[in-house]
Amino acid sequence: MIKSIPIPGIEDFDKPYWENCSKQKLSIQHCADCKAPRFPPRHMCPKCQSLNHEWNIVSGDAILWSFVVPRPPLLPVFENQSPYVVGLVELIEYKNIRIIGEIKSKSDIDSIKIGDTLSVRFKKINNEISLPYWVRE
Amino acid sequence: MLKDQTAIVGIGETEFSKSIDSTELNLACKAIKIALDDAGINPDQVDALGSFTYEETPEFEIARNLGFGNLTYWSQAPYGGGASCAAIGQVAMAIASGIANVGVVWRSRKRGDPSSRMWSHTNEHIFDHWKWSRPSGLVRPVDESSMLMRRYMYQYNYDRKDLASVSIALRKYANCNERALMHHKSLTLEDYMNARMISDPLCLFDNCLESDGAIAIVITRLKMAEGLNNTPAIIHSYSQGMSKEHQLMTHYHSDDPLESSSYVTASNLWSLSDYSPKDVDVAQIYDAFSPMIPFSLEAYDFCPKGESLKLINEGLIDVDGDLPVNTSGGSLSEVYLHGMNLVTEGVKQIRGLANAQIRNAKLALVTTCDATPNAAILLKGE
Ligand SMILES: [Zn+2]
Repeated sequence: MIKSIPIPGIEDFDKPYWENCSKQKLSIQHCADCKAPRFPPRHMCPKCQSLNHEWNIVSGDAILWSFVVPRPPLLPVFENQSPYVVGLVELIEYKNIRIIGEIKSKSDIDSIKIGDTLSVRFKKINNEISLPYWVRE
Repeated sequence: MLKDQTAIVGIGETEFSKSIDSTELNLACKAIKIALDDAGINPDQVDALGSFTYEETPEFEIARNLGFGNLTYWSQAPYGGGASCAAIGQVAMAIASGIANVGVVWRSRKRGDPSSRMWSHTNEHIFDHWKWSRPSGLVRPVDESSMLMRRYMYQYNYDRKDLASVSIALRKYANCNERALMHHKSLTLEDYMNARMISDPLCLFDNCLESDGAIAIVITRLKMAEGLNNTPAIIHSYSQGMSKEHQLMTHYHSDDPLESSSYVTASNLWSLSDYSPKDVDVAQIYDAFSPMIPFSLEAYDFCPKGESLKLINEGLIDVDGDLPVNTSGGSLSEVYLHGMNLVTEGVKQIRGLANAQIRNAKLALVTTCDATPNAAILLKGE
């Protein structure tokens, strides 16, 4: 089993996402022609089939849609962190854009609940990748 | 048209175990020979094959070991747990359309050893859609399923105690089935509530078994089936389904993530059929994780959204309930072979020869994985 966390491979269509994350900014891919937002990023606009895309910075503020608390057996890097909370968060600015990220809380993780309001932070993995995670306000 | 043109006429199962000292190819050959003998068909009559893209025993090895004749059709269905009914449906279509006459569908799998878990082979760099979840620690299929279950519990006001009823119902069936890996192990609500959590809110008993074994089935045109050994399990209707914005296992990005690809399969399956959900006598619902049973019961329109766990608690899926489900113990308590045991159990029910036989079972639904692109078949007795 791998020793590190699995690292997202950067591709043409999601490079700006990772570049923005490295600058501590969350961005959402939009069609450059019909302006429709989409997540996860992809090559083509599913609304108008355009291959042109642009990126808009968002606040990262989100509502917790659901979450899990993985327990062993896990990849070694996650087994060492367990118990931790992984959530699916829905962005305030875009209903139906949902992103996976770790959920951190100053208080006990048992108090985390669906509907909690969250703000985004970033964890640097290497020079190219920073992962978004969310904290309770 | 495919309707009522073909039937499952033979089934074959090897022993089921945590660890079998044999190769997947050896197990596949055994299961296929048992299925052909069960049907009363000579191997040299087989001219079509169907398997899973995840299957590691190649068609030519199967064919030359078993002594098949010249083959004119083969196909593989993708997405693991979503594949069994798709592989069957594709071979049935090939036979109904006249490309071939006798088809074998098989799955052989050695998954008892923990080192064979697919997630444990996660690469250091991820280039597929899992790059959006695994780096954050959502690594295993159980984590991906658990995410939807917690949301469902929140939306419809259920808790772990309600979900326990699924695993407990299936364990009771396994206790009646000598071949089930959990045949001798009872499961009480107390056992469930005290179980080790695997991905909260899912515990050990919400997970399928890890097992070794192989299963095969034989399909022919109905006309040929009528001269063979067994009551044919007629393939009445079949559909695949993949919903808009579907994403494999992490179907989180559509308008309603709780509306899975099963809704697409179900809607087309019912529209192609002469029957409606209330006509189904017994259902075999894919159950790699226990939430897939309540989710699928709602998708296949056996009850309104949000009500399935309540009805399961009231006995819906028990042997004397309105819709007995996974009557062999399913993937949770009989064996995990990517759902192929659900197919053979559906056939046994139609034949009237199941361990937990549902009286006068004439219509059996068999489904595949709710969390992947999937498929289902409706099996009918004569
Ligand atoms: Zn567009």
